[in-house]
Amino acid sequence: MPQTIVTEELEITGRGGAAKPPSADGGGDDGSFGASAAIPQRIYVTGITIAMGAILMFFMALISAFIVRKGVGNDWRAFELPRILWLNTIILLASSATVVLARRKLGREDREGFHHWWAVTTVLGLFFLAGQLIAWRQMVAGGFYLATNPSSSFFYVLTAAHGLHLLGGICALLYVGWLRLHKLTLATATEVASLYWHFMDGLWVFLFLILLLGR
Amino acid sequence: MSTHAPSVHHAEAPKGFIRHYIFSLDHKIIGTQYILLGLSAVTIGMILSVLMRIHLGWPNAHIWGFANGIMTPEDYLRTVTMHGTLMVFFVLTTVPQSGFGNYFLPIQIGAPDMAFPRINMLSFWFTFLALIVLLSAAFVPGGAPISGWTAYAPLSALGEIAGPGQGLGQTLWVTSIALFCAASLMSGLNFLATTIDLRAKGLSLMRMPLTVWGWFITACLAVLAFGVLLAACILLLLDRLAFTSFFIPGGLSVSGQLVNHAGGSPLLWQHLFWFFGHPEVYIAILPGMGIISHVLSTFSRKPVFGYKAMVYSLSAIGFLSFTVWGHHMFISGMSPYSAIAFSVLTLVIGVPSAIKTFNWLGTLWGGRIQFTTSMLFAIGFVSLFVTGGLSGIFLAQPALDLYLHDTYYVIGHFHLIMGVAAIFAMFAATYFWFPKMFGKHMNENMGKVHFWFTFIGVYCIFMPMHYLGYEGDARRYSSTESVHYMTEMHTVYLFISIAAIITASAQILFYWNFFMSWIRGKRAEQNPWHGTTLEWSVPTPVPHDNFAGHFPIVYRGPYEYSLPGMADDYVPQHLAPELVARSK
Repeated sequence: MPQTIVTEELEITGRGGAAKPPSADGGGDDGSFGASAAIPQRIYVTGITIAMGAILMFFMALISAFIVRKGVGNDWRAFELPRILWLNTIILLASSATVVLARRKLGREDREGFHHWWAVTTVLGLFFLAGQLIAWRQMVAGGFYLATNPSSSFFYVLTAAHGLHLLGGICALLYVGWLRLHKLTLATATEVASLYWHFMDGLWVFLFLILLLGR
Repeated sequence: MSTHAPSVHHAEAPKGFIRHYIFSLDHKIIGTQYILLGLSAVTIGMILSVLMRIHLGWPNAHIWGFANGIMTPEDYLRTVTMHGTLMVFFVLTTVPQSGFGNYFLPIQIGAPDMAFPRINMLSFWFTFLALIVLLSAAFVPGGAPISGWTAYAPLSALGEIAGPGQGLGQTLWVTSIALFCAASLMSGLNFLATTIDLRAKGLSLMRMPLTVWGWFITACLAVLAFGVLLAACILLLLDRLAFTSFFIPGGLSVSGQLVNHAGGSPLLWQHLFWFFGHPEVYIAILPGMGIISHVLSTFSRKPVFGYKAMVYSLSAIGFLSFTVWGHHMFISGMSPYSAIAFSVLTLVIGVPSAIKTFNWLGTLWGGRIQFTTSMLFAIGFVSLFVTGGLSGIFLAQPALDLYLHDTYYVIGHFHLIMGVAAIFAMFAATYFWFPKMFGKHMNENMGKVHFWFTFIGVYCIFMPMHYLGYEGDARRYSSTESVHYMTEMHTVYLFISIAAIITASAQILFYWNFFMSWIRGKRAEQNPWHGTTLEWSVPTPVPHDNFAGHFPIVYRGPYEYSLPGMADDYVPQHLAPELVARSK
């Protein structure tokens, strides 16, 4: 029977030394840092995952406030959501697809293709932000300002908070796209940036649904 | 040494004063910066509390720093606000976690630094900026805000019309707290990523020192809770500056003026605030619990009793802390059914807390106890934790809380369990780790005098407050003179004030001890307490990347004291099995 050898994870930093492995009576997973002084790349993935958790809590707080505030006051006034939000949503969903394409190209060592699709993602992100600004203009044209009604207050707060976070994502895309990074660093950087980008995408769909159903 | 993996490279510390000491990326420097920031904040906070006590004890006394030497009721509330905010955010949240945690977590897990040194530096400077913004509130027209550290809306949301200090002062307060939230989020992220990914080879989760567990769980709470406070602060700022109505109800008339807001909910602020606020009190105390377990084990020369139970109870307390925020709001008119749910969940926290206390006592039981100053403060912590915790069980009953809410009983309770207990943990940590941080010993005799004055002092201050609370004396009243039944209790106020002044004065011993020992204390060897964890395996002063390129491998659990058959009464975590000396 042919034996398959499965390596548990990509060895990014060579592990030197033939020190006796510690006995595993400690329970839980084993720490693995320390055989090399190089910081493992996976801290960036861990970091962005934790950051996404924290950001999610921030938005959940705003959404809970939205739900509570709508429930307690009798001053809630529904408004028509700007139609352009649908288009923006499609643009953002498309950008999630292009970021996947870009990473796939990178996996096939196709640097040019990677840069192409990465740039498309960045431009789609900028389109989305521009679209959100247009949506704000349409709100203003309809007489709904920040302080007009709690419904519009929450609309502006949620879209602004999401827009600022997405702007951070665009900065990350630009940073990764601009710099000629080393291969390993690039693999991690694109992974981190695309994780965050998908998160921003999913978060927007969630916020859009909340605004659509709750306004 | 065969206990170490071979060196790959040895990072050099940056040269130059600014890069090395001011905008440093080294977690040890950043930790020290946090500790010194906390020391400044606690000094101001303590002076403010003494001023309040002087005013309560001797209402006609002239007090320095106030117009004509008179502390008006508004001045009193300003002082309350600044005392609370400084102590809760810039001392209790900052020092045990960001201060000692920054310094010792990477060393204890065998890492060269935090996972993200730049974010680490950024979070310190955000905290520093937050402190400056907060303190500046005292020097703007209108002065510091009067709405307390909880900043309840609508008082905090209305602006100048709500009272002196509610204008620019309150805006600065909210800005400061928002900055602090950002700092804590970054710091929490760093702690989590470091603990998850940078543990030394062999350092499995169940071999981590309990200090690391304390910092880890606290970082989880910080990452989940501070985002909520940040959201609340943003909504509050919008209410104040952009005329929205999140927290301000309609038809509100303040100082004879109808407020131009409608429909908002002051209770919404309370929910958001306490959803953060209750985890926050555990953010203050959980690192202390870790430190105390560590110190008790070292000076009892015994393994921590029930290590796994300690880890699980720590996690359980962290989890439950997110489910009990409603117990701060029993008198808000919430449904009695909700109150029962919050009450039961609150009482459940008593279970892991009792497990921890039992295990601390179990650690002490039969140990060869060394009564160092650090150990005294650790035992003092257990005492305060029990005393303060028991009154919490009373407050968790909605029926009792209706009566005790906003009385001195609450003040006595949370100062013992959250304030003083956490401070005792900081003292224990300072006396314990000072030799590693500065290469010198603190003076033990002076330390013991400091301990006894502080220990007896805080009980004299906060126990009588429970009695005042039973009698119905309300908190935040600037004077006992205008309320008849409070006037009759004046002797108790006087007693507390005298105790507070003596206890605060005794802290001069600590400052003297700290700074004089730093300058010319007795030299400390590498492992003066014969500890087992990794911070004692490195030389003092600790090299720039902690292990000078020789990263340790961990072979055993963190508290291997007094093992049978061993020559020494401690076996360090990093010592290879073949190097462990056995008794003949």
